[in-house]
Amino acid sequence: MLKIEGLSVKIGRKKIVDNVSFDLKEHDIFIVMGPNGAGKTTLFKAIMGTIPHSGKVFLDKTDIKTINKKELAKSIGVLTQKHQPRYAHTVYDVVSLGRYAYQNSIFSSLDKEDRTIIDEALKITGIYSIKNQSVLTLSGGELQRTFLAQLFAQNPRILILDEPANNLDLKYQIAIFDIIKEWVKGKNRAVLAAVHDLNTAYSYGNKALLLNEGKVYAKGSVDEVLARDNLRDVYKVDVVDWMQNLLKHWE
Amino acid sequence: MKNTTSGKTGKKTVAASIMGGFGVLLFIVVFFFSVSTGSVGFSFTDVVRVLAGYLLGLGDTGDIPESLVTIIINVRLPRVILSALAGAALSISGAAMQGLLKNPLADGSTLGITSGGALGAVISIAAGFNLPFFPNLGLVFMSILFSFLSLILILTLTYKIDYNLSNQTIILNGVIFSMLASSITSLIVSLSGNNLKQVVFWTMGSFSGRGWSYVVLMLPFFVAGAVPLLFLSRELDAFSLGEEQAEYIGVNTKKVKLLILILVSVLTGVSVAVSGTIGFVGLVIPHMTRFIAGPNHKKLLPVSALFGAGFLMATDLLSRTILSPAELPIGVVTSLIGAILFIYIFYSRTGVKG
Repeated sequence: MLKIEGLSVKIGRKKIVDNVSFDLKEHDIFIVMGPNGAGKTTLFKAIMGTIPHSGKVFLDKTDIKTINKKELAKSIGVLTQKHQPRYAHTVYDVVSLGRYAYQNSIFSSLDKEDRTIIDEALKITGIYSIKNQSVLTLSGGELQRTFLAQLFAQNPRILILDEPANNLDLKYQIAIFDIIKEWVKGKNRAVLAAVHDLNTAYSYGNKALLLNEGKVYAKGSVDEVLARDNLRDVYKVDVVDWMQNLLKHWE
Repeated sequence: MKNTTSGKTGKKTVAASIMGGFGVLLFIVVFFFSVSTGSVGFSFTDVVRVLAGYLLGLGDTGDIPESLVTIIINVRLPRVILSALAGAALSISGAAMQGLLKNPLADGSTLGITSGGALGAVISIAAGFNLPFFPNLGLVFMSILFSFLSLILILTLTYKIDYNLSNQTIILNGVIFSMLASSITSLIVSLSGNNLKQVVFWTMGSFSGRGWSYVVLMLPFFVAGAVPLLFLSRELDAFSLGEEQAEYIGVNTKKVKLLILILVSVLTGVSVAVSGTIGFVGLVIPHMTRFIAGPNHKKLLPVSALFGAGFLMATDLLSRTILSPAELPIGVVTSLIGAILFIYIFYSRTGVKG
């Protein structure tokens, strides 16, 4: 569905993303991993064209640059990592902006279908009860779920998630990934997600890409990519030892 | 603190309509008060009768001397309308900038756009640049053009230093640019041999002696700038969550941003051309309006316009009556009120956000 070809981003003389290529196919939960500063967030920005880059991105064989923004928003939705609201919008206001791409009239009022979809998104993410609260008063996790709800209201075919479980309680981490796992089974859907937590990557991902200093260190199935040697080389930690120690604690 | 229920929304809407009604009422009272008060005082009834008689052809105004009718119709009325238009224009453009840049401190005066516009206006006067048959139209064009160029220059510089357009950087750039533009303005005025009074006009603003020709000059630009902005309120809502986020939900950010910058320049530029630089209106009014109307631009823009119009009519009234018969430049009054509120906003924001 999404084909990335030779994507590079240069900031100053430094290459933040260096010649990254991969394919996102239907029903994929494609995990992007890598240490801090590996270029995950920058890679997503380059895919969406919000920063200067070289290389090409195709959505179903169409160059993404030629697609108008509203149409693109109906196909691909992005959950960013950081949200810093400045004004006292309500949760409902923010989520309802997810319907922007579907509103054609210049008076831009929400119709019945919009409202149903927004309510649904609020319920899935568990924030229906705080829908009239100002976003300035929310905790980090509530804010994250508000923007996730906006993404569901936007109803795209492809989700690009930058650390979606950030700030979330364990309960919601699991809930969100369960929702996404179900969601992606639908026709013509796929997920591209940057994930920090290895366990999440193993439990939910089917493909993965390991980034190191902007370059692709490994890509393929989750099991191949997140092999012990790869992780040791990239993260400079023997992850397996560490996990086994942790496990002892729980036993 | 999660006690918000759907019932509260209902109450909120009622409260908002009451506040809206109150705003309209306040506007009407200020309007009549401004028209009736001055070196020659009138009663409210006389003003209503003259307006009804002259504009609508109702009733008989035979008992009111012609000279007094002239004062109301040709002196007071255009001045009051012009101050209302400028107040509305500055407030709408301030609100739009604050949404676009996701920065509650953005405004024509803090970003230096008004000083840039004033420079353009002064250059056009000094160079005698004008269009045939339309007195002052060249002045308006130059003022709008310079407002736009200032805006682009300031934003480009700020993006270079700080991609997030944080409060401090953008305001610092605005202040530096504003000082530069003002000093060039003063230089041009002194070199061209005009008297000092004109410098005061451009740096402090005034509606003194403004007649109908200025209202006619401003009105089309006001409509051309304000109406499209009202239709962009959904986009402004998106921008006020951040430019990147706006792009992801489907806003063509580059195109819309340029359009909003042009509209803001038109509103700011035309205000500067007719009334000089009047500071802080566009900062303070939208900020206070947000408390009443909320941050959604569909309500924020029109309510800001209403309050801005009322505010500038009232300050103009104050500036021409407080030291009567002398007139205080209106910018002195707005800056005095505005600067204090600016400090309050700045410190309360930084206090909360750390």
